[in-house]
Amino acid sequence: MVPTESEGLAVEVLDLVKRYPKSPVNAVDGVSFAAAPGEVFGLLGPNGAGKTTTVGMLTTRVRPTAGTARIGGVDVVRDSVRARAQLAVVPQQSNLDRSISIRDNLIFHAAYHGMPAREREERADELLDQFGLLDRAGDKPDFFSGGQSQRVMIARALMHAPRVLFLDEPTTGLDPAARLFVWDRLRELSASDVTLILTTHDMDEAALLAGRVGIMDHGHLLALDTPDALISSLEGEGTLELTADQAADGTVVDALARLAGVERVETVHLATENGGPEAPPSEEPLRVRLYLTGDAALCVAPAAAVLTEHGLALQDVKLGAPTLEDVFIHLTGRTLR
Amino acid sequence: MSAVAAPVLEPGTQWRAFRAVLYRDLYVTWREFPAFLAQVILQPLFLLFVFGKVLGTLGYTQHGYTDLLFPGLLALTAVITAMQALAFPLVAEFGWTKEIEDRLLAPMPTSYVAAEKVLFAVLRSLTATLIMIPVGIIILGSIPWRWAGFPLFVAGLLLGALVGAGFGLLMGTLVQPQRITLLFSLVFTPLLFTGCSQYPWPSLDQIRWFQIVTACNPMTYVSELLRGALVPEQVPHIQPWICIVVLIFAVSVLLTVGIRGFYRRAID
Repeated sequence: MVPTESEGLAVEVLDLVKRYPKSPVNAVDGVSFAAAPGEVFGLLGPNGAGKTTTVGMLTTRVRPTAGTARIGGVDVVRDSVRARAQLAVVPQQSNLDRSISIRDNLIFHAAYHGMPAREREERADELLDQFGLLDRAGDKPDFFSGGQSQRVMIARALMHAPRVLFLDEPTTGLDPAARLFVWDRLRELSASDVTLILTTHDMDEAALLAGRVGIMDHGHLLALDTPDALISSLEGEGTLELTADQAADGTVVDALARLAGVERVETVHLATENGGPEAPPSEEPLRVRLYLTGDAALCVAPAAAVLTEHGLALQDVKLGAPTLEDVFIHLTGRTLR
Repeated sequence: MSAVAAPVLEPGTQWRAFRAVLYRDLYVTWREFPAFLAQVILQPLFLLFVFGKVLGTLGYTQHGYTDLLFPGLLALTAVITAMQALAFPLVAEFGWTKEIEDRLLAPMPTSYVAAEKVLFAVLRSLTATLIMIPVGIIILGSIPWRWAGFPLFVAGLLLGALVGAGFGLLMGTLVQPQRITLLFSLVFTPLLFTGCSQYPWPSLDQIRWFQIVTACNPMTYVSELLRGALVPEQVPHIQPWICIVVLIFAVSVLLTVGIRGFYRRAID
């Protein structure tokens, strides 16, 4: 999991531990991983899993209790100043400088990082243009929506051309268009060899963006692999959802459960699914979800046959593939949110 | 070890970062200069007007009270301005705006960020006290001035600003955001009135307990030092060397504890 050869790595984390004073347990408990230049690495986990603390240590804002962390080969504890020069952070909550315009936010950020005056002004305008913010360059951040602030913060982070960009829940709370926009920018960055470390509890985001995903819970890294590999580790945990044309009794469900490859069957009630009052189940068309050990597609024909035997017609079929969410449930025994 | 082109930090990077952060603060202050003036000038201006002009004209204060009051108000301005320049922004920046994060991630040691705050507070404080001189001349007609006391005067303003900055750093890192109003009433007000800015310390021997209380407030020594600089003959005052020793000690303690508090807030 952790390459022994640290050559060329953008991020290296080795047995990282953080215990806060007065806490009986480690917030981060021996985490190790590494990321290559241009890699998009997702840290996935519920609140309190240790993601934020891990990133805090990597970004020099949390002092590790034990272990090593390096950014571009630079130790974040022993040489935090040099580490800071190579990283940038986009937090979830805006931390833009409210006293100055967003253009000045970008320019001053670059000045803190030692960029010459002319260069930083040119780059600020370039990035503002790229992020569709040029017409608002003179406005102060107070008047910006969450999505706009997010864009400004990403643009600001890019001012000093960091090697590693840390993003905390980069698109939580953004509208769909803004989400796609941010995702596109992040993919471009990754293509230009910037390493992205995302912390998120959004499974779709992690699956879409991240080349590899680390799943964290209670300070431990439980699994680390590509989203596909993580999902296929749950081999055979596909689902098949069937809807019939009319109501049926329990014998149909029992017959479906006896089919080869079916682990269990759950009857789905429309009304309760919406959280409303229960409709009389006897009048509802039959709807069941089959949890399978094998390939869901192979199960469609036998299941349809069972329905026909009981005088029912198949109206709708949904094949479900397991998602990262299922991986998480499998590993931790609970849902993420 | 790592063959990644671990970038060498250009020499001077840390100072450039420090200067850029200072420039940011000056830039914001310059653009909001009228607001800055109102913030620092109004309180001493009214004190000067009411105690120096109004009460004097009405005959409730003796002739010469302004000799005593003016150096005291300079001390008050020096300490309070520096304190306000640090405490309130720091509580807000650590507490809710999080603005300071971008500076904490700049390529310089965390102590530089704290040092910049202190330097900026001192500059603000010096600006405010220097503005008090023409203001004093306009309101009072004349101010006590003594060129022979100029070195002590400068020392008083600098040490006053540093004491204020030390208090500001301490409070800014210790006070929880939701307690900020409490800070004002429980710390600022007592500090304001026990700092000997409106009365000379040696005369307090008639109220012994209050003399002891005021001796514990570092601002007292700033007021007394400035009296020693500007009106040594007219007003009884603590010996300047005592003031300087006490103030250097107070500044060292406040800044040491304050920077430690800053570290605690900046790095978990």
